[in-house]
Amino acid sequence: MLQIKDLQARVEDKEILKGINLEIKPGEVHAIMGPNGSGKSTLASVLAGHPGFEVTGGQVLFEGQDLLDLKPEERAREGLFLAFQYPVEIPGVSNMTFLKTALEEIRAHNGLPAFSAKEFMKLLREKQDLVEFNTSLVNRSVNEGFSGGEKKRNEILQLAMLNPKLAILDETDSGLDIDALRIVAGGVNKLRSSENAFLVITHYQRLLDYIVPDVVHILSGGKIIKSGPKELALELEEKGYDWLREVETTE
Amino acid sequence: MSKDDNLLESLADNEYEYGFTTDIEMDVAPKGLNEDTVRFISAKKNEPEWLLEWRLKAFRYFLQMKMPQWQNFEMPEFDFQDISYYAAPKKKTLKSLDEVDPELLDTFNKLGIPLDEQKLLSGVAVDAVFDSVSVATTFREKLAEQGVIFCSFGEAVKEHPDLVKKYLGTVVPPGDNIFAALNAAVFSDGSFAYIPKGVRCPMELSTYFRINAKNTGQFERTLLVADEGSYVSYLEGCTAPMRDENQLHAAVVELVAMDNAEIKYSTVQNWYPGDKDGKGGVYNFVTKRGICKGNGAKISWTQVETGSSITWKYPSVILKGDNSVGEFYSVALTRNKQIADTGTKMIHLGKNTKSRIISKGISAGNSQNSYRGQVSIHGNSSGSRNFTQCDSLLIGDRCGAHTFPYIENRNSSSVVEHEATTSKIAEDQIFYLNQRGIDTEKAVALIVNGYASEVLNKLPMEFASEARKLLAISLDGSVG
Repeated sequence: MLQIKDLQARVEDKEILKGINLEIKPGEVHAIMGPNGSGKSTLASVLAGHPGFEVTGGQVLFEGQDLLDLKPEERAREGLFLAFQYPVEIPGVSNMTFLKTALEEIRAHNGLPAFSAKEFMKLLREKQDLVEFNTSLVNRSVNEGFSGGEKKRNEILQLAMLNPKLAILDETDSGLDIDALRIVAGGVNKLRSSENAFLVITHYQRLLDYIVPDVVHILSGGKIIKSGPKELALELEEKGYDWLREVETTE
Repeated sequence: MSKDDNLLESLADNEYEYGFTTDIEMDVAPKGLNEDTVRFISAKKNEPEWLLEWRLKAFRYFLQMKMPQWQNFEMPEFDFQDISYYAAPKKKTLKSLDEVDPELLDTFNKLGIPLDEQKLLSGVAVDAVFDSVSVATTFREKLAEQGVIFCSFGEAVKEHPDLVKKYLGTVVPPGDNIFAALNAAVFSDGSFAYIPKGVRCPMELSTYFRINAKNTGQFERTLLVADEGSYVSYLEGCTAPMRDENQLHAAVVELVAMDNAEIKYSTVQNWYPGDKDGKGGVYNFVTKRGICKGNGAKISWTQVETGSSITWKYPSVILKGDNSVGEFYSVALTRNKQIADTGTKMIHLGKNTKSRIISKGISAGNSQNSYRGQVSIHGNSSGSRNFTQCDSLLIGDRCGAHTFPYIENRNSSSVVEHEATTSKIAEDQIFYLNQRGIDTEKAVALIVNGYASEVLNKLPMEFASEARKLLAISLDGSVG
């Protein structure tokens, strides 16, 4: 589904990604862990097409297409979704209008007819239950005045509504208490299927107790320095990020 | 410069949807302005002597008056002798809609204003003004059942001279400003409505203004009187063909609300704004004012201003009655080289009067958008309050947003509050929407609609969605 080959990127003059290689197949959940400043969120932003980052080398194929050639909205319509670390507030635009607009853009791209209001509401209610999203939040402006946990849940609601092929969760667990974490992870688990894939970016092992990955990658200094099964996350948690420096120097 | 800045920078000149012209035989007065022009118009309309005298008096004011100098733009040179002051479709409008020239019906159909009552938006009565004259007023009989008078100004002068004489010029006197004086001298038609005591007008009243003829100005007058305890919601819409030369539109609107009456007046202004280089477009110099004459009266102005090359208007409320309420809700969107200098005046005279001003300016391209507002609480106006919120949104970095509040409080028991913000559309907001499959143009439209929603929600429902569409269309080409 996703093949990243020697991806390099910078912001302004600072090189951040220094040659990332990664392959994700349908049905897989990959986790990316790493210390602050290792490039985790940059990788998420670059894949989504954030204009603040410049790709300086490498290639990314998404379903066989050159992802880096596509505009951000085209990537989204092709089925790439980013759950933001810091979801943005859009005053005066109701969450419902926003969801309907996004969904219809993606459906139109896939040659599907627009939903009737009734069909849309049915789908929305279904997905709201899935992520235990409070109905009153749907009628409010996008993320405006939402608590940190509500914003993250709203990201998962959008994920559920838009049903992408590949979902990137950028530190979705940050700022969540344990109940909210359980709800968010529960939502993601219900959305997992053999046709979609997840790239879970996190600083802590805790989230991976709930969303169990197939592969764990450790990102440090803009490169993936180690990949392994889910136990790698536990090992990292136990030994701390200092251990990585040893790994880096020995490899 | 980041990629998004580039997107916001690149301005395209998108089509103005209503820029077509109607080919119809017109009765046009020769260009020029003097007492004979005034007499000509008055004679065309078979007006009584008192009205001709009133016009001539106004014309003498006009001759003595000077152009205002305080506005935040350079006043264009007006050659008042180079304009024709009267243009009317030749076929006379007759008693029923069946007799309206099909060409005209077609024109209004194209504008989305079907004049056929069967096809009309239910619950909206329309007075359609084409250049200088009203061509049709719908639902008159139905309104008459409740005693509501809704007709063209010309008919009102003939059929209800006492009402017209009693109120004409009482809110906006002919000497108020040069454009008001000009209008009083040469106004050709407009709408008149009277809502009798205790009647809640059963449908929205609306006037649709269309400038068609070349080298003409449009000078219409609207007079709305809501008697004790009555209620009326009124809407006006405006469009004009695309023409290279500027066209002057100098209208006057007067509202009178008696004890406990309420008038809600909404405007969706979409005059031709000129092209991307600022060529052509309508000069919209309009004086709108209402008076809460009685106790507990309420007047509410809502305006969505997207058109005109220059907009100069300050719909105001004189709060004379005790406990009366004045409101002003405005969205003004400017792009390319458009100029808007708009706002309101709230004049608090009565006790315990309240006013509320919500102004949302949106500037794109090379446009200049100014809010100018006066809140004046007089010495006897105790226990009064004003709240003003004035927000500006900038799209790109070549446009300007300006705020000129004039606040005057002469009563220590009264309170005035003013809040102002200026913001830019955040790139993060656009990227967030992009990431959900929404392109930048739609994203900006969505953000702007959200920004203006507090005002748009005040519009009658049938028109709120129109206005949302209009905002999106007007922004089309401003980005991406």
